[in-house]
Amino acid sequence: MSIEVIQEELIDEFSMFDDWMQRYEYMIELGKSLPLIDQNLKTDDKLIKGCQSKVWLHSEMRDGKIVYTADSDAIITKGIVAILVRAFSNQKPQAILNAKTDFIDEIGLKEHLSPTRANGLVSMIKQMKLYALAYQTQL
Amino acid sequence: MSLNIQKIRNDFPILSRKVNGHPLVYLDNAATSQKPQQVIDCIVDYYSNYNANIHRGVHTLSQEATDAYEAARKKIQTHFNAKQSYEIIFTAGTTHGINLVANGFSGILKKDDEILVSAMEHHSNIVPWQMLCERSGAILKVIPMNEEGILVFSEYEKLLSEKTKLVFVNHISNALGTINPIAEIIDKAHKVGAAVLIDGAQACSHIKPDFQKLDVDFYVTSAHKMCGPTGVGILYMKEDWGNLLPPYQGGGEMIAEVTFEKTTYATLPHKFEAGTPNICGGIAFGAAIDYLNAIGFEAIEAYENELLKYATEKLLEIEGLKIYGTGPDKTSVVSFNIEGIHPYDIGTIVDKLGIAVRTGHHCAQPIMDFYKIPGTVRASFAFYNTLEEVDALVNAVKKAKMMLS
Repeated sequence: MSIEVIQEELIDEFSMFDDWMQRYEYMIELGKSLPLIDQNLKTDDKLIKGCQSKVWLHSEMRDGKIVYTADSDAIITKGIVAILVRAFSNQKPQAILNAKTDFIDEIGLKEHLSPTRANGLVSMIKQMKLYALAYQTQL
Repeated sequence: MSLNIQKIRNDFPILSRKVNGHPLVYLDNAATSQKPQQVIDCIVDYYSNYNANIHRGVHTLSQEATDAYEAARKKIQTHFNAKQSYEIIFTAGTTHGINLVANGFSGILKKDDEILVSAMEHHSNIVPWQMLCERSGAILKVIPMNEEGILVFSEYEKLLSEKTKLVFVNHISNALGTINPIAEIIDKAHKVGAAVLIDGAQACSHIKPDFQKLDVDFYVTSAHKMCGPTGVGILYMKEDWGNLLPPYQGGGEMIAEVTFEKTTYATLPHKFEAGTPNICGGIAFGAAIDYLNAIGFEAIEAYENELLKYATEKLLEIEGLKIYGTGPDKTSVVSFNIEGIHPYDIGTIVDKLGIAVRTGHHCAQPIMDFYKIPGTVRASFAFYNTLEEVDALVNAVKKAKMMLS
């Protein structure tokens, strides 16, 4: 599935909810269902330090596609981490580099990607793209 | 005397707005207070009627602005019972005041002199002293605190020696709400000949310190936590220190005479007030002090204690909730966590319910390291908050707990 299709899918899923509470509860569920990151990978070099919450991001190349694994110490942040991993993982570097993140606005979670929020998510997206760029240049 | 809270609330236009569809419950007063109409009117009046640069114009507007600015200084002097009005230096805020003093001591401190700071300082009362130590070779030592968030006085006494030159403690901890025994701290420091700077950013909205009675050397605070505007504060320094310390910044206002060969500096307070100051801010700071005094600090303190007691009781009914800062002397700040839940998550959910609290390390990472936590949720109350708002907070936290567990 392409990144665009996955993003459409996510927008559809979130459009089922009438209010913020349901949206957040779903996001918390997504956070909880995110495959656990290997504790060995939760090292400082994988850590994106936000002022409010922390995010760990690991990437590796499998069959020409980047696989991201990630985690956060805050569950709401982790929910969005899960959404981002679902949208970008298992894709070719060029597709990740070209991908947009507007879908986060569309599912009503824009505030979580504000730099002033300092939860590590803005840096996480930047880091995902940097990994993609690094792998792309190796191809 | 009891307060007419509804009447007071009507003075604050912002308190009637809605946030995320809910009436705003503003419980982030330790970060900044809201502003009453009286202060807002004062700002509008200044810019509408007598905006001019001060201290140098002969024209009427300049004279009016100068008179109002100096009247505010006098008002602040009276409020804090400083001996002289020129011991009150207008600054851009608490952090600016601390940096001004730290810079002044650069040339005074020698290698191996010692500086004491408390374990519960805001970063702004740690970093400038670390920088000062780097410049001067002085050594920074830390007065420890205990599990309740109280400074260990006996350890403080042990740290004091003839090597101690400066002691820096906050009057009230922003992250915990603990009121430090500053009178005793100052007294002990003076016995070994050390000077004391008190960071009063958190204190002056709750209590009214008496500078002469405290015999404090330096005291810094900000207007914006006292219902005044942002970007203005004061540094009180005893006259002797004011004469001894060199100027911080060069520029207009702070000079007596300038030639290319030599410049002589102005006397206090202008020596430390280079450039055009925040004129409007200073005047509005005065208006804020008038506003608080009209309500009365005794009444404010008594009412805020009531809010604190009620909030503490109600929050502790929530299973798994732990409060940080549990000493007997504290102001209306409740810093807490719920077991197994990240403070950021709680803050996010309660915001959705219209409640403004602070989450994170509150610029006091050493305190968080002490408790081995990433941060806390901090609810801080002001005299315009109500018991119903405490209930709203407690219900919101319960809801957040339900969603997040």
